[in-house]
Amino acid sequence: MHSVPKHLPNAAAASTGTLRGRAAQQDPWWIRWGLISCSIAVLLVLVILPVANVFYHAFSHGPVVYWQNLTADAETWNAIRLTLLVAPVSVALNVIFGVAAAWAITRFRFPGRTLLTTIIDLPFAISPVVAGLMFVLLFGAKGYFGPWLQANHLQVLNAFPAIVMVTTFVTLPFVARELIPVMEAIGADEEIAAISLGANGWQMFWRITVPNIKWGLLYGVILCNARAMGEFGAVYVVSGRIIGKTETMPIRVGTLFEGGTSATYASSFALASVLTMLALVTLFIKIALERKTAADLKEAASIQQTE
Amino acid sequence: MLRGICLESPSVMSTQRILPGFRLSLSFAISYLCLLVLIPLVALFGKASTLTAQQFLAAAWTERTRAAYFVTFSSSAIAAIADTVLGLLLAWVLVRYDFPFKRLFDSLVDLPFALPTAVAGLVYSSLYVPKGWMGQFLVPWGIKLAYSQSAIVLVLTFIGLPFVVRTVQPVLESMDADIEEAAACLGASRWQTFRRVLLPALYPALITGFALTFARAIGEYGSVVFVSSNTPMKTEIAPVLIVQKLEEFQYAEATAIAIVLLLASFMMLIVINTLERRTEAANSSAN
Amino acid sequence: MSIVVKNLSKQFGSFKALDDVSLEAQSGSLLALLGPSGSGKTTLLRIIAGLESADRGSVLYEAEDVTHQSPKDRQVGFVFQHYALFRHMSVFENVAFGMRVRNRPGAEIKQRVQELLHLVRLEGLAQRYPSQLSGGQRQRVALARALAVQPRILLLDEPFGALDAKVRQELRQWLRQLHDEIHLTTIFVTHDQEEAFEVADRVVVMRGGHIEQSGSPQEVFDHPATPFVMDFLGNVNVFHGRVENGMAMLGALNIAYPEYPHAESRDATAYVRPHELDIERFPFGTSSLEVRVTQVNPAGSVAKIRVFSEQFGLALNVDLNLERYIELQLKPGDQVYVSARRVRVFMPNAPEYSI
Repeated sequence: MHSVPKHLPNAAAASTGTLRGRAAQQDPWWIRWGLISCSIAVLLVLVILPVANVFYHAFSHGPVVYWQNLTADAETWNAIRLTLLVAPVSVALNVIFGVAAAWAITRFRFPGRTLLTTIIDLPFAISPVVAGLMFVLLFGAKGYFGPWLQANHLQVLNAFPAIVMVTTFVTLPFVARELIPVMEAIGADEEIAAISLGANGWQMFWRITVPNIKWGLLYGVILCNARAMGEFGAVYVVSGRIIGKTETMPIRVGTLFEGGTSATYASSFALASVLTMLALVTLFIKIALERKTAADLKEAASIQQTE
Repeated sequence: MLRGICLESPSVMSTQRILPGFRLSLSFAISYLCLLVLIPLVALFGKASTLTAQQFLAAAWTERTRAAYFVTFSSSAIAAIADTVLGLLLAWVLVRYDFPFKRLFDSLVDLPFALPTAVAGLVYSSLYVPKGWMGQFLVPWGIKLAYSQSAIVLVLTFIGLPFVVRTVQPVLESMDADIEEAAACLGASRWQTFRRVLLPALYPALITGFALTFARAIGEYGSVVFVSSNTPMKTEIAPVLIVQKLEEFQYAEATAIAIVLLLASFMMLIVINTLERRTEAANSSAN
Repeated sequence: MSIVVKNLSKQFGSFKALDDVSLEAQSGSLLALLGPSGSGKTTLLRIIAGLESADRGSVLYEAEDVTHQSPKDRQVGFVFQHYALFRHMSVFENVAFGMRVRNRPGAEIKQRVQELLHLVRLEGLAQRYPSQLSGGQRQRVALARALAVQPRILLLDEPFGALDAKVRQELRQWLRQLHDEIHLTTIFVTHDQEEAFEVADRVVVMRGGHIEQSGSPQEVFDHPATPFVMDFLGNVNVFHGRVENGMAMLGALNIAYPEYPHAESRDATAYVRPHELDIERFPFGTSSLEVRVTQVNPAGSVAKIRVFSEQFGLALNVDLNLERYIELQLKPGDQVYVSARRVRVFMPNAPEYSI
């Protein structure tokens, strides 16, 4: 249940309107520094130490061993390749869905609109393991479509299709949830103007809508991608964890970790460090995009209201 | 008068005919949701409906499942409470005070969103063992967190850290200094102002944040499975139990437990939505 | 290109936005739709543009029925209330948009955009972005953009609504000049009666989804058809009284009203503009009202006097020209007599009558 996208405009306001020098809001210095120290301690113990620990374990035998741990193992390579295949497919599907859903929800009024918004949120409320179970029940050997799939020699479970499906399911709300408030805030005025100037639907979409929502869209993509690459529970259930075939990066991390030897232990941390770096990059892009979208929305507001 | 204005506003009533793509976008969105969300959900409930009440209870309400629910919900609740307190602290400090590297710390709050849960589980399991970075200090004092329920609570606290911060932060930012000035003029101390004026205004955000953390924690699997010893009756959570039933091909049992878990999450979702709607209503009426 | 609107009706839920509205704008004319918010003027404009569909009725451009055509096929230029400029495009690209989506050659686009920017006096700002422009400049970009597609008619929704008073004044005169240059049939929506009267050839006053009155500014101003129009055109004194036997009795003012010769007494309302009232030091006849001066404000070319009739509990506004004001030497507290040069009497179901 990620609530981040919803608060984007406000989160960005954080950077602009923070410190108000009003006397009534001033706290004594010892309270101020006491609370700041506590906060930093919390972040240190909960966030910073663990991240540092990942890299410590990954590099504990030096960069050469680190590199070998990552690259020498064909199964690990397969896991990386599978993740790099699954995540883009899921993200692409959810981008198409997110744009379509946001367009329908923000530009039109129809019965069941609120219900639709609630259904989009559902995957956030469903445990990844339960999500995996649902797809097992559909496509497993004893599942609803299982016999038919078997008769037609189609492999869904324990294969690429099921991994993509659960990953898409788990990350489904990200793009839509990010786009809906952005498109709501931007309004339909420019799009109506484009139509009145003679643009057809696709011209309007590519020339007006897409440029206006691009930063918000990218933000949704980044969050969606981070989650897609990192999904564990749902993939764990449907992939069968066939080594060298249906292991994604996080699953591979788990397999190596449970391998029991100090070599696999080091390898698992090496692979985990790659995922951690991806997370840090995601965070970095996210901050940059938050500033961009905030600026966009501010500009939209200023243009609409005029002096 | 006002009604007239609303109705004439272009974005509400009149785009229906002018803007293209209504049928295309809506039918695509609905088909997509049906295929990916509704049909799987129907499959789950369909599977559950093949069980009789006795069978359902026999699967979902055994001593072991009850223990698993207890571990799941108690760990989630403790983690959510911890995150509510820590989240309020972090949000307050990040909004109200200025200090070096503030932006860096602010963005670090989001790391648990971005970090794969398996990595979180992996690293948390290595931190609190006797030789780990934290364990080497804690274990000599008799604080053995690794593989216990405390480890589950700890990693769930990590996973849920951003929720409360990110729900409270915007509310705290949008609060007018006037309110505090008014309270100060009326003779309230700083602490009284916080307790009686600021905190009540933050309750909806705090409860929403709590509910989000709790709902996320109930379903969490990837991190917990690494940090917990997964001992039945003690440190086994419900999602782990579901996976185990699945591995034993006991689909009916897995489904029954999943239904219990799902209903709990749905209830949290309803609470969250109701709260958000109420906050929105309160905000719009205040304007 | 003339515009004819026949029997348009439009309902939003239970709200009647337009109720059987008919209207004609002659070719090359500049017409103002004037009314308070909720009067249906914007809805009417949007239906004429094709941005909204009517429940009943038809819209004709010249003899062509365009009721079921899309905005694109109608070839209208529409200027939106908040301009709806494309914020990620430069001024040049904004103006060029309509031609780009029609796949016109680049050279033609360039030439036409330059012509238009010259027309709206924004030559130097082609590479600016909307956020870098003032409100008045954005307004003119919106107009240039609407004109770029060589529309058959031009429609403007509250064109000056979002601007401050000084810019608004300038742009009004400029729009009038522009219209005289390009002679495009133009309809604009406004809630500001001054704006409508200053710019338009014809004014259509709307209220509650129907047309109260239409005519030239002079006609509408001099002969308001209904109490609403009278009231809406601003600043009137209202007298409540009765009519009987060919007389209107409004407090102490008795006025001949031959339109109603019957003996049965009926309620009537009379409207008098402040400049149609006169003040005398002494009473004369039955048609003057004893009042006390409460406020004197000589501002500009007229002196605004407020008086109060204790007998009837009635406050009135009187505009005197400066000479008359100096002649009378009025001070607050003075006892004076008010008479009316001109009164409009409205009775339910009776025609307007003025003396």
